Amino acid sequence: MKLTTLLRTGALALGTTLAAHAAETVKVGVLHSLSGTMAISETSLRDVLLFTFDEINAKGGVLGKKIEPVVVDGASNWPLFAEKAKQLLEQDQVAVTFGCWTSVSRKSVLPVYEKNNGLLFYPVQYEGEEESQNVAYTAEAVNQQATPAVDYLLAQGYKKFYLLGSDYVYPQTTNLVLLEYLLSKGVAIENIGGGFRKDGSGNIISAGKYTPFGHTDYQQIVAEIKQFAAGGGAAVISTLNGDTNVPFFKEYAASGLSAEVCPVVSFSISEDEFRGLPADKLVGQLGCWTYFQSINSPANKKFVADFKAWLAKSSVPGVVKENRVTCSPMVLSYVGVYLWKAAVEKAGSFDVDKVRAAWKSGVSFDGPAGKVATQKNMHLTKNVFIGETKADGQFKILKSFNNVYGEPWLKGKFKAKGAVATNE
Amino acid sequence: MTTLAPPHLSPTRRRIEFIVVAIFAFLALVVFPLLNSAGVISHFTLNLWGKYLCYALLAISVDLLWGYTGLLSLGQALFFALGGYMHGMYLMRMIGDLGQHRKPIPDFLVFLGWTELPDFWKPFSNFPFALTMAFLLPGLIAYVFGFLAFRSRIKGVYFSILTQALTYGTSLMFFRNNLLMGGNNGFTDFKFLLGYDLLAPATQRGLFMATAATLLAVYVGCRWLSGTKFGLVQRAIRDGENRVLFSGYSTPQYKLFIFVVAAAIAAAGGVLYVPQVGIINPSEMTPDKSLEAVVWCAVGGRGTLVGPILGAISINALKSYATRAFPDLWLLILGGLFIVMVLFLPGGLVSIPARAKAMWLKIRPARPRLELPTTTPTASAAAER
Repeated sequence: MKLTTLLRTGALALGTTLAAHAAETVKVGVLHSLSGTMAISETSLRDVLLFTFDEINAKGGVLGKKIEPVVVDGASNWPLFAEKAKQLLEQDQVAVTFGCWTSVSRKSVLPVYEKNNGLLFYPVQYEGEEESQNVAYTAEAVNQQATPAVDYLLAQGYKKFYLLGSDYVYPQTTNLVLLEYLLSKGVAIENIGGGFRKDGSGNIISAGKYTPFGHTDYQQIVAEIKQFAAGGGAAVISTLNGDTNVPFFKEYAASGLSAEVCPVVSFSISEDEFRGLPADKLVGQLGCWTYFQSINSPANKKFVADFKAWLAKSSVPGVVKENRVTCSPMVLSYVGVYLWKAAVEKAGSFDVDKVRAAWKSGVSFDGPAGKVATQKNMHLTKNVFIGETKADGQFKILKSFNNVYGEPWLKGKFKAKGAVATNE
Repeated sequence: MTTLAPPHLSPTRRRIEFIVVAIFAFLALVVFPLLNSAGVISHFTLNLWGKYLCYALLAISVDLLWGYTGLLSLGQALFFALGGYMHGMYLMRMIGDLGQHRKPIPDFLVFLGWTELPDFWKPFSNFPFALTMAFLLPGLIAYVFGFLAFRSRIKGVYFSILTQALTYGTSLMFFRNNLLMGGNNGFTDFKFLLGYDLLAPATQRGLFMATAATLLAVYVGCRWLSGTKFGLVQRAIRDGENRVLFSGYSTPQYKLFIFVVAAAIAAAGGVLYVPQVGIINPSEMTPDKSLEAVVWCAVGGRGTLVGPILGAISINALKSYATRAFPDLWLLILGGLFIVMVLFLPGGLVSIPARAKAMWLKIRPARPRLELPTTTPTASAAAER
């Protein structure tokens, strides 16, 4: 008798809490690779997203509703990304998704978001040439990373540029944009190294040297760079990705090249990558991002401290607690959540169309790297920083560019100066 | 028909199998699509099952080689992906000028600086051509590779390593943008198939039914083949190739035939997979994808036709569920399951009924002991191997 009463009350209580729970939360998708080759980078974004949700929930949530994260594993498997995106949108009916790292994962889920009119926040530097109404690109566009880096190098007096990258869409596109940009700045085509590929009518269709993923033998390429840099005033612009940076920089150091002789500016190495790279081989080399952990501002110090405090007491399975750092994709995930919150609050609704309209009408957030503001083209205006690698895997900030407008369509934008023939 | 029955299948089992297959065929071809259009089964679920059935085709192609002929191919995903790529080329052409760049050629060609279509892409606007190529190319590669490998009497682990190298090498080739096959990103953002809107639920339902029908046809075909004299020789090669060779059979030709057939089955899976999943890229032909298919076979039960289907569906359904429910632990769950299967159920899922029966015979009251010798199933012994 007593037991049944107890059970009944228990069930009733559970029922009410569940119902109340459902009414007071908003489901938000987290779509990153927690296993497979991309896990090392993407797990950090999962961590920072969960931290952000906790931070927002502690202050009352969004429109009075607590964020309920739905975490799925894309497993570095691109068709699985599409499946998980469908699941988040059609079954869990999440209000928004934060996710993807690689271009191919974004391309894989894009049709799903467009068909279901979902909203994806994409936080990692990318090649542009895309402007979906269903993606909020918090990522760096090419003109928020590559072209400011070139501006900096030109101002420092460098005259020759060697383009090197992994063979996929981001480096290929970035280098084609950089080629046009360098020519427009008056750099002669013979001072752009790495080689060109032309189509039948002589137009350049690919600029720079490319190596496959996981490439390890950089002897020949480094020898070529050494020759290229022999006259002085040369720099390497690298879009090499992931593990291949280790053999490249080892070979680079071994051949006697250094940051003083010929600096390498890399667009794919952030603080988080240095957890797996030998930073001492890269001392003095340059990086360019819209955030560095070393930014000396109260907002950033608080962000870093809060994140580390969250990590220390986190009980999320799989969270690494030692030697954690913050980096640009993490901060862009963080500000993405806050911008979504701001857009939702401005719209007064979680409805994707209304949130998008609010985003386009302009919302902003004062983040760890200063103010970020939304644009009509679904990208962000943000600050850009050039940094020099230190032995501890952090960056010393050398220069900053404020409020750079994110521009995804750059190919064909920069016109060559004077009579520089691009099709000789 | 009965005279051709494979020796390890009793007439009762054949009848049971026929009924079970008929029920499942009816469910997949009639009931599920109807329930889907009535709104009971969600589009998401049906689409997911379409994908599992494509994987089942890949698993059958592995099993036809491994379970029936004793050739462990670790390169079947190559044929699957090539079938998908050939169909993908057609689907890319059907996007027309609706891509991100609003140009009449595929987006990735625009980003590579092309202004017009490369010559080898041109015929792929034609669906029959693309479909023919989807079978011809994998079949041809299987023929050439198989001809060289079997003629040189490469077998066992060397055959496995070579097939793995073949698929790995091809994936590296496809990763290169210079090949003009989309590089790392591959093909995506498909919009139309034969004039139908690919993302419309009705089209996806049609694709699901086409996949189920293909799987049924492949199943029936393989069942027929295993009952013929050819099937007998095939299994004899598995059990003792030298004896078959010395009995006067040219085993390389038998193996070559089955290798090409298996490649075509895998390609059929790929052709149906791409429009349902919406993306094809070189990671689909890396060796670990082929290994996955081998695991599906092992879990389901190799050397049977139901086993690979069962394995492919159950493992992938578990994966779909676990990557959502336990995103941090699903790999451990799956890995643990594989170990348990290998240790305690080497015959795979299909051996469960026979095992249960054997166990029941062991533990049941001793009274009807007289019947024991006649009911000890020889079939289960064959299935467990």
